[in-house]
Amino acid sequence: MSAETESLERLADGGYAYGFVTDVEQDTVPPGLNEDVVRLISAKKEEPQWLLDWRLEAFRAWQQMPVPDWANVHYPPIDYQAISYYAAPKKSIGEGPASLEDIDPEIKKTYDRLGIPLVEQEFLAGVAVDAVFDSVSVATSYRGKLAEQGIIFCSFSEAVREHPELVRQYLGTVVPTRDNYYAALNSAVFSDGSFVYIPKGVRCPMELSTYFRINAKNTGQFERTLIVADAGAYVSYLEGCTAPMRDENQLHAAVVELVAMDDATIKYSTVQNWYPGDKDGKGGIYNFVTKRGLCKGARSKISWTQVETGSAITWKYPSCVLRGDDSVGEFYSVALTRDCMQADTGTKMIHMGKNTRSTIVSKGISAGRSQNAYRGLVRILPGADGARNYSQCDSLLMGDQCGAHTFPYVEVQNPSAQVEHEATTSKVSDDQIFYLQTRGISAEDAVSLIVNGFCKEVFKELPMEFAVEAQKLLELKLEGSVG
Amino acid sequence: MLEIKNLHASVDGREILRGIDLVIRPGEVHAIMGPNGSGKSTLANIIAGRPGYEATAGEVLFDGKSLLELAPEERAREGLFLAFQYPVEIPGVNNLYFLKAAVNAVRKHRGEEELDALDFLEKVQQRAGLVKMDESFLKRPVNEGFSGGEKKRNEILQMTVLEPKLAVLDETDSGLDIDALKVVADGVNALRSPERAFLVITHYQRLLDHIVPDVVHVMVDGVIVRSGGPQLALELEEQGYSLYGRAEGESRRAQA
Ligand SMILES: Nc1ncnc2c1ncn2[C@@H]1O[C@H](COP(=O)(O)OP(=O)(O)OP(=O)(O)O)[C@@H](O)[C@H]1O
Ligand SMILES: [Mg+2]
Repeated sequence: MSAETESLERLADGGYAYGFVTDVEQDTVPPGLNEDVVRLISAKKEEPQWLLDWRLEAFRAWQQMPVPDWANVHYPPIDYQAISYYAAPKKSIGEGPASLEDIDPEIKKTYDRLGIPLVEQEFLAGVAVDAVFDSVSVATSYRGKLAEQGIIFCSFSEAVREHPELVRQYLGTVVPTRDNYYAALNSAVFSDGSFVYIPKGVRCPMELSTYFRINAKNTGQFERTLIVADAGAYVSYLEGCTAPMRDENQLHAAVVELVAMDDATIKYSTVQNWYPGDKDGKGGIYNFVTKRGLCKGARSKISWTQVETGSAITWKYPSCVLRGDDSVGEFYSVALTRDCMQADTGTKMIHMGKNTRSTIVSKGISAGRSQNAYRGLVRILPGADGARNYSQCDSLLMGDQCGAHTFPYVEVQNPSAQVEHEATTSKVSDDQIFYLQTRGISAEDAVSLIVNGFCKEVFKELPMEFAVEAQKLLELKLEGSVG
Repeated sequence: MLEIKNLHASVDGREILRGIDLVIRPGEVHAIMGPNGSGKSTLANIIAGRPGYEATAGEVLFDGKSLLELAPEERAREGLFLAFQYPVEIPGVNNLYFLKAAVNAVRKHRGEEELDALDFLEKVQQRAGLVKMDESFLKRPVNEGFSGGEKKRNEILQMTVLEPKLAVLDETDSGLDIDALKVVADGVNALRSPERAFLVITHYQRLLDHIVPDVVHVMVDGVIVRSGGPQLALELEEQGYSLYGRAEGESRRAQA
């Protein structure tokens, strides 16, 4: 494809370059949701009885729960009976995650096009990848190398088979099945995801990363990620996501649980680029995700960094429960909305331990007719002597049809707490663009200069290669949104 | 270098420039003076290509090329520079980083390689010294929180780094203290060369004491009513613009 037709295509689809469909034979469960479907998913994965029971309990709870309506997002009610809850490429079924050599060539090609070659020596040096295609993990790289240090990095299904005691010990301890509507749904029907365990005192020698791809039609993706960093361990983990362009909305309801023991650090970065729907808001992914980290041990640290650029609707609040004394929670976020996208995202910092500290830096960029909301909760519990929080929420508006909203909630139950909140709203003005143009910088580059300047405090938290990727992604997303 | 022929221009459908003729040759410094609202900034904006400023007749040639068809950034890459009367603040964008993006955009256009980081820094530091600007300003966001005088100084810094062929300075001397005025003049004089030209818009003779112009033009009501040598600026300082039919211009505009 010539550069010209490629850029024309990009213009036509609103900058979404990942919208292609992979043609693979799928094993798909017919649409619909009931206990039999839950049993079927569990059976397909050959799960132990305790896990099936856990799923069923979650399913029963979900049936009783009301759909949450407090977020600043609007969409028609979802018909949960019209969704298929399991889709897997046929070739990978039964034998679990394939070794890198015997992945379906079509799927391999897909990841190549996404810039994620599933060949170890070709991928960014020092990054191990777990590739999740619809409901199953299709490949995990560098496993052997990691295993030498006792690090477990595998698909969730495999973890259930190979390390049931670890999964059972931690599953649902951070996000209980009844936590919220989508978490309950996920607990009932989750299909795959990644599992990470870093043993005591081990510093994971490379970035771990999961690449989620929704391909099948009419399916939901319900992955589950569990990361445990034992005492003194360190891990940096990154997830990326894309999906084909389809006219129907598709549901993505993931759950991520992190557990950090004494002196452990988990850094979790997300570059989210699900298909956002077309210019008029047709199609796109509903991204309803529950992410939470438990700083269980003293001096533990959990840091969330997210760059949210896709999805028709994003409903997501990566949070930290700071239970250990002197533990630290961080949330750095860039959320970009354009066209008709809606984002309601933020974080919760729950201070339980003494001298716990949290930092929140949220950067919302709205363009087109989109709506972008920050929603955050800082809660200081009575036992959290000397707790401190600093929050900064900045909004950048492009054009005058978009909206930015900030909902910071603060609940302080300990008088020794120090909580600081700053918020700004600014607009990219024509005068700024013109000024930069008169210095030789094109209008598009002027916009990215301003936007990158706005986001730099968040980008600097991302691993180097991904910061560059995230920057490019934003540039692509903002093409044509000004001038 | 710059050739303006019978230029008419309007803003919001209102005609502001009503037939400007102006020729600036390489190596020359021209000054434009004139009462408030006479169209000086409008002329600068038309030359730079500001959206909303529309040339309705006439032409503007820059080294023989028609400027009016070019995007603002293309004009800049061709070697045009405008020092703004009111420079805008750009929060979040580091001054040094911005300068580098600008220099490299121009170099790329000329088919030159990007400057490497060290060479660039050295050059900027040298120029910052020339305009007596503390290096801490390089690390701050573009113009954010700068005082009025500091913003003007930053314009001159950009000019000395970008080394344009033609620089238009729109009241860069306004609001400057005596020392800063000297800095602006030094910046211009340092760049003066047989290949370069300047169009200096000012209200005050004192700038022209330091930057001695070759030609002074008087603009009233969207036309150049008189041109002459440096002594014209002195005359204006003494007599004001009453000689040039200001009142007549005002009444005509009221009718329009
Ligand atoms: N963007 C604009 N919108 C509306 N009117 C404008 C605009 N720009 C210029 N004008 C009008 O055009 C006329 C000329 O303005 P201009 O800024 O060119 O004057 P000037 O000679 O630079 O004045 P000063 O000496 O005060 O800087 C003024 O009446 C001004 O109000
Ligand atoms: Mg003016």
